Amino acid sequence: MFPFAFEWAYDPVHFVFMGSLYTVLLCLVIILHYCGIRAFLDVICKKGGYEHDEHH
Amino acid sequence: MDSASAPFDSALFPEGTKRCKLRWFILWLAVLHGPLMIGVLAAVMCWALALNVTYLNNNYPFGLWIAADLGVIALGAGAFFTGFLRYIVKIDELKNIVNYAVVIGVICYASAQGILGVDIGQPLRGWFIFWHANVHSMLTEVAFCITCYFMVLCIEYLPLILENRQINKLGFFHGMAHHLHEAMPTIAAIGVFLSFFHQGSLGGVPGVLYARPFAFREGFLVWPWTFFLFILSAIACGPCFTILITWITERFARKQLVKRNVFDILAKISGRLLALYLVLKTMDTIYWIALAGKAGAPFRSFYENQPYGYWVLVMELGILGVIPMIILLSKRARQHENILILACILNCCGIFMNRWIMTVQSLAVPVMSFDKFVSYHPNWVEFASTFMFVWVGVIVISISYRYLPIFPQEKELNPL
Repeated sequence: MFPFAFEWAYDPVHFVFMGSLYTVLLCLVIILHYCGIRAFLDVICKKGGYEHDEHH
Repeated sequence: MDSASAPFDSALFPEGTKRCKLRWFILWLAVLHGPLMIGVLAAVMCWALALNVTYLNNNYPFGLWIAADLGVIALGAGAFFTGFLRYIVKIDELKNIVNYAVVIGVICYASAQGILGVDIGQPLRGWFIFWHANVHSMLTEVAFCITCYFMVLCIEYLPLILENRQINKLGFFHGMAHHLHEAMPTIAAIGVFLSFFHQGSLGGVPGVLYARPFAFREGFLVWPWTFFLFILSAIACGPCFTILITWITERFARKQLVKRNVFDILAKISGRLLALYLVLKTMDTIYWIALAGKAGAPFRSFYENQPYGYWVLVMELGILGVIPMIILLSKRARQHENILILACILNCCGIFMNRWIMTVQSLAVPVMSFDKFVSYHPNWVEFASTFMFVWVGVIVISISYRYLPIFPQEKELNPL
């Protein structure tokens, strides 16, 4: 639900509830893009052999 | 292993590991597709012929599906809690099991959403809960958090796929997996936030039912006590489910995949949390008995409808609660693998029983003088469509185990 939906009301509950949802979604999108862009830049700059590849 | 005897797809296996022949693997997957197809048939029947093909009715709008839903979500808590212990509390040994906890979590949450897809009858309208959200409903919060957390789990699963031996040779995917690993503490923190709220809100749903004296609880601000009990019970049993599934995988793989000190850490934490949960649950039960009695719903009325006699209480808190707690708290008992696994099984059964009581039994007990108790037994359609996700899970685990580097200690424990 976005503010332009007819059910939207400008009250704190809507802001907290829907705001939390969009904040979490935004964080996930940013993290994925950040990792993707850094990986792409690494390929462009021919950077390989990461220091600590044994991640878990 | 020489190249002639190596399986056809051996180039895809994790480095330094051994797997069965491809034809045996395909046969195994084919066998799993048998019961899976029965489940698909049951799900299609629910969608095509509506929910009257099940034994759900107006007395039991919540049945096996909802209990299973809440159960698998609680069992899947092993993913977020292990991630929390690994990335935020920084228990380093858990790096050896956190990958598998993620795989199990993905399966549990995908199952929960799949079961809901069948349960709502019209999955094409599933998006209504996001667009026409009732912001005063705990179920809306649950839907939001579960959807977002499933995305988090998929992001946590992604680097495992990218670390497949062949995919990892491509520079971009190699870098992507590396950077995702670097971002994992942040992703794990988001997962903890989301899990805290949806695990709790699943408990909050029965807790706010004012007209149901056996489910209703007072609480803290907008959250009834069941909110906190559900979180605690989920994090107490989630690690046990991770241990149990890892142990079953080891039996099928016929090799040790994780060192036993890792099991011990998870079991010890699980035991302490289970002990805390049982203390609080017992206090809650005693308080509820007093409160419900004052509201005109005496304690005995909750247990006089067969098959839900007093044995339910003894089974849930005693056999499926106290016994695994004692085993998990005892260092000597934890060292015996079979006893440890027994405790894990009892703990996981206990969580299912608790979820069944809080959803099915609580809502079935008559509260009006003209109400009558009606019994409910799920039919084959409900069982088949629920177990369908177990078979899907086994297939996902089989493929993940074969091709992805899930167990960092496998190479060390099983040298070629």
